[in-house]
Amino acid sequence: MEVQLRSPKEIMKLSRLGCFHQSKLSFLRSFLEEFKDWKYSRDLFELNKEGYGRAVYSFSKNNRTYSLICFANELKDNERSDRVIATKWDAAFVLYDGIPNKLDIERLNENVPKQEVGRLSYKELTLSRANRSVRLFNEVVESLSNGRQPDKNILSKVGYLYRTTAVYGSGKFGLADRFRVKNRSEIKGPFRLEMMLVYLVRQFTFDQINHIAKNKNPKKFIELDSEIAKGLGIGNSTGLGMAPFIVNHPTLLNNWVLARETVLKEIREIENVDKNQFNTFITCLKKSIKNVKNWNTDSIFQKKKIKQLSIDLEKTIKYLETINVNQKFLFNEIYKWAENQVCDECLEYLVSIFMEPFDEIVNKFKDKMSSDEDRYFTIPTERKTSELRDILEKNYSDILKLDFLKKENNYNFWFISKNKEEPRLGRRFEVNGSELEQPLAIARDIKKLYEKVIVTKNSLPIAEFLIENDDLRHVVRRAFIIEKFPYSEILDNTIGQKLMPIDMLRFKLSFFGAIKFDPRSDKWLRICMFQGAPLPNQLNNFNDKWVYETLN
Amino acid sequence: MRSLSEIDTISKRASKAKGFSWGVAEEIGKCIKQLELFGLPGIKNLNQYLKIYDQNKFQKIKLISKSNISENKFHCPISLGIGFLDQIKSLEKLKSLEFNKIAYPILFLSFASRASEVLGKKILVKLDEKEFILNFNQSIFGNYSKNEIWENANSVLINFLDNNNSFSEEEWKEITKFANETFVEESDELKEKSAGAGLTDND
Repeated sequence: MEVQLRSPKEIMKLSRLGCFHQSKLSFLRSFLEEFKDWKYSRDLFELNKEGYGRAVYSFSKNNRTYSLICFANELKDNERSDRVIATKWDAAFVLYDGIPNKLDIERLNENVPKQEVGRLSYKELTLSRANRSVRLFNEVVESLSNGRQPDKNILSKVGYLYRTTAVYGSGKFGLADRFRVKNRSEIKGPFRLEMMLVYLVRQFTFDQINHIAKNKNPKKFIELDSEIAKGLGIGNSTGLGMAPFIVNHPTLLNNWVLARETVLKEIREIENVDKNQFNTFITCLKKSIKNVKNWNTDSIFQKKKIKQLSIDLEKTIKYLETINVNQKFLFNEIYKWAENQVCDECLEYLVSIFMEPFDEIVNKFKDKMSSDEDRYFTIPTERKTSELRDILEKNYSDILKLDFLKKENNYNFWFISKNKEEPRLGRRFEVNGSELEQPLAIARDIKKLYEKVIVTKNSLPIAEFLIENDDLRHVVRRAFIIEKFPYSEILDNTIGQKLMPIDMLRFKLSFFGAIKFDPRSDKWLRICMFQGAPLPNQLNNFNDKWVYETLN
Repeated sequence: MRSLSEIDTISKRASKAKGFSWGVAEEIGKCIKQLELFGLPGIKNLNQYLKIYDQNKFQKIKLISKSNISENKFHCPISLGIGFLDQIKSLEKLKSLEFNKIAYPILFLSFASRASEVLGKKILVKLDEKEFILNFNQSIFGNYSKNEIWENANSVLINFLDNNNSFSEEEWKEITKFANETFVEESDELKEKSAGAGLTDND
């Protein structure tokens, strides 16, 4: 039986993308799989009693070494901010390509704590900074220094000791360009180096807190229990900076979603599902409910989604307890049932957990989620206008129905702030700056392109169409990309009044492997990464379903 | 050192700020990145060109033909470059082209380099007395390597090079002889015992 891939018109809507969850395809999970047999070591740890100073951690294999260099600095409470406008942080980090010498560390000490205003070199791969979750950090120090483990209930409410507020890579601020490292087999999956940085930062937070507690009370101090440490991840505050990324990297977006959709299709096409496979699925599903129950947020929007997810998960488990597990195409039956019976949040949750028993299917796609984007950049200008029209009508039919003369459809505009060079979303009819709008209103511009194309001679080559319409060149390029990459476009209005930008952020973060999305407004959210993940010294033997094994 | 990613982004934004459309600005970003990767002064020339772009009215060409002569103004290297890239499949049929007066010709080279890749052919570009061979956008080889602002060229000649060998048949035979010295002479015994198939295959 052949199952069709789900239609991009169904999947690439923002409300659906905003329901995606972590899965076996997520980058932090594939990072751990890739690096599990690398040698981990803590090469330098020079912190004072208060925990300020430097540390270096590394992963090595054969002749390759990646080193995380940490700089922890004193920060007054009134200087601590997760917002992108901050200029100081509790700690700053850089991932170095190789083993840094003293001069490298001195040079980086001058630049890394400055983040965006510092300069990095081609020897550095990723850059980040993080702030303590102050209340929790202090409570854990207090507990450990008094000889007791911290209260797990308090830990579970937050889930991390530090929050990163940005992770940069791929040439930003002088960092190494992707082309320098892209052929290394260990980093073929997307964002592997960013994941490595975050993972090693997590270990630094444990080492630092133990160090501070020990110095506070050397006689009574005990170390943070490793099982408790495993239950802690790294938080992340994410704002609009992430949103344009998925618009600006269409073939990459396609490859992420196509991998997920093809894995789902192949699972639905399995005629005879082994009982053990089904058991793995249902075990992961049941264990995962603990994560849903501990998913804390003040966001009314997210609370409603979590509530419905919980109800639908209970309903699903009841259904699964009555299902004939020997029937053919079992996962297709479950999917078809869920499609009609549960909300999108739950449906996409189930799709993620479907993958757990099927390493042989999932692993085929892990290395296919990157993209050599320049290969698809050049417009095939020898094609005809009639072909462009057909592509637009086939792929953007819902977009073409939108009326951008209506205020609600043209309500927002994306711009780059002069102060921080970060993307922002403004209300077109209320604030200045729309004349400097970024090219992220793809739906509106596609509609504009279509209106031009339908009054143009069918046989006109695109090369000649572009002579008179160079203002539409950016969307002509995208149309020819979507022809080959059907999941390359968000098929929704990114400037409409009803836009929820956090849907874009959540979609991307789900591919990172984040959990516990906590929207703080419609424009930024907090998440947690690596919660439940093995510690570096446990990597050579760990349960790859760790994400469902958290203590919290 | 600025990364290529920074060079791409800044070139794109600067070009948009000076009045190019986003789509064209994206092309400029890619081209300047490629020039810098090849060791040619892309940023230097683009920066200078953008400084005077809105003061000078440059010639903007639409459909390129075999001979493209501008009486007064210098051709805009971006407009010419975009047109050349977009129209490359039809221009190839002309075998060769000529232009006069082009401003900041280094900028044009990057578009022509990408056109070479689209076409699958090398392109020879003569800018006044300087020659460049554009190799499928993998490299630019030429007798010019100055890190300077090159304001204009008065004559531009373009030839599409057929996919021919750069060596003679005789030279190929000679070097093949050397290569064949790595082979083992086959005796009858080796023929019988070391090959996969039988000596006769008439079944």
